[in-house]
Amino acid sequence: MTTETLSPRTPGKPRSTMPREVVRRRRYSGRVWHPSLGTGPLPRVLTLLALALMTVVWLVPFGWGVDTSFKTEVDASASGADWIPKAGFTLDAYRTIFGQGNLPVWAVNSVVIAVCVTAITVAISAMAAYAFSRTLFRGRRVLFAVTVASIMVPPQILIVPLFRQMLALNLVDTYAAVILPQVVAPAMVFILKKFFDGIPRELEEAARIDGAGSFRVFWSVVLPLSRPILAAVAIFVFINTWNNFLWPFISTSDPQLMTLPVGLSTVKDSTGLRNAQESAASILGSVPLLIVFMLFQRQIVKSVATTGLGGQ
Amino acid sequence: MASVSTPARRAAAGSSRRAGFRRAAATDRTRSGGAGWLFATPFLVFFTLFLIVPIGIGLWMSFTNASLTGHGDGTLVGLDNYAEAFGDSQVWQTLGNTVWFTVLTTVPLVLVALVMALLVYTGMPGQWLWRLAFFASHLLPVAVVYQIWSMLFQPDRGMLNGLLKIFGIDGIAWLTDEKYAMWSIALVTLWWTVGFNFLLYLAALQAIPDHLYEAAALDGAGAWRRLWSVTLPQLRRTTGLIAVLQVMASLKVFDQIYLLTKGGPNGATRPILEYIYDTGFTNYRLGYASAVSYVFFGLIIILSIAQLKIFSRRED
Repeated sequence: MTTETLSPRTPGKPRSTMPREVVRRRRYSGRVWHPSLGTGPLPRVLTLLALALMTVVWLVPFGWGVDTSFKTEVDASASGADWIPKAGFTLDAYRTIFGQGNLPVWAVNSVVIAVCVTAITVAISAMAAYAFSRTLFRGRRVLFAVTVASIMVPPQILIVPLFRQMLALNLVDTYAAVILPQVVAPAMVFILKKFFDGIPRELEEAARIDGAGSFRVFWSVVLPLSRPILAAVAIFVFINTWNNFLWPFISTSDPQLMTLPVGLSTVKDSTGLRNAQESAASILGSVPLLIVFMLFQRQIVKSVATTGLGGQ
Repeated sequence: MASVSTPARRAAAGSSRRAGFRRAAATDRTRSGGAGWLFATPFLVFFTLFLIVPIGIGLWMSFTNASLTGHGDGTLVGLDNYAEAFGDSQVWQTLGNTVWFTVLTTVPLVLVALVMALLVYTGMPGQWLWRLAFFASHLLPVAVVYQIWSMLFQPDRGMLNGLLKIFGIDGIAWLTDEKYAMWSIALVTLWWTVGFNFLLYLAALQAIPDHLYEAAALDGAGAWRRLWSVTLPQLRRTTGLIAVLQVMASLKVFDQIYLLTKGGPNGATRPILEYIYDTGFTNYRLGYASAVSYVFFGLIIILSIAQLKIFSRRED
């Protein structure tokens, strides 16, 4: 390990002479080796092997779902172990699902609801996290403690009281009924507050000396530095909302207001064994999420690169 | 090697809590009193309306014999429900299952996520593929997870037993044997949810400043030394955060168990939330279900406060 240096590109060269630019490139291009593990050939091979093995393990069940969606219903329910179906691959499951008619409506509903919930949640959570992390006001500690404690509340328990509330507010079977209860995300406030805590006070003080008020500090100092965590929070909220089943299921009965998971479940319930259709439906429901994640993934990496400060 | 991480920590400590707050307090009070409330209000309004109020309604119901059908009329019964809950063996058994599930899942969900993030963050080509591979399962709705794994777990034709057969091991009754059912559920949960923790670790790794590694290399630190003395200490805050969030998430387990085993075999995997759900929605005893859920709340809130105390002490 003694011949090892931090950059594989400059073997044997003392670390201290490495220009800043090289260090930057190494971190952010994603192509250059990072010193979090070893840098020699053996650690690389071992890393590749470990990564490949874990990737296969993690992708196999996923691949199984994709595989099943291209089978006939007979094959999908008959054999648990065959990747290649006896009757050959078919698009039947997808055709049936698209034949249901309401699919585009459900997709639009899912997008509208997930986007609204994500936007509202990120906005109000970031503001609250800023208040808890960076300002002093009466009751701050108590309110934050209550917020953190409420992470423990299992959502299943709140369904009945929430439904009664929506009845009282005359909101059942509206977008508002689906969206509003979902924007309360204490866990996200907690994550953001922890991140804001790590942003150096000196930056804020410099801004204050320049005459910036609280809002200015929030908007021009804290938010730009927090893009990676904001992106991460947005992704998690979006995914959770997209996949949420129980609340949209209970708060909507009009097929025109259903989200994809709820709508597809009403299709599924009408008859018996539908492994292939269920798989196809789930893949259709997951593809938009994969796209969103891949878009945001780039954003996460990029924003960490430009801020370079992060959450420590 | 401690000399590498210590100055950084000392620098961070310089701007830490107390000193920072005193300065922030001074600026805040002089320039913009009440700004904190302004920022917190939108969240607090939603929080109160859609979390605190329903909790309050639930608490009220726990003192009544409220019911979904005609059996209870919603009249006050005082502490009867609570007295019944503490003497209910089902409550203790399902609570035990919930704690066992939490123990089984928390450690792997932290460690595997850490290993994944460390391996990916080395800079191995194909970053997007690794990230997607480990995170994709987190994108699946629980119904899909159920469907895939119930096929993989099939005793006769399932893929897992097929694999075991290659190694000459007899098939396991993954979901129907009391010995294995909870482990199988934990396995599914690890596969399904580890991507979330993986991403949090990945973000934290990216936030470790380069100069720490530069200094470490100057001091002649090898790979393991850097891992032990730079990377892992820098990840401590994140590890604490992930552990806290994971325990809370695991205690709330319901969906995958309800779908995969319905709490069986013989109640071996039945979590307390399923008991509450069954009591409320199958037996229509909303009042009693509310009381059991408040007993559960009490326990987990005590637990989480204890956890946060330990965690924040370690941080300073």
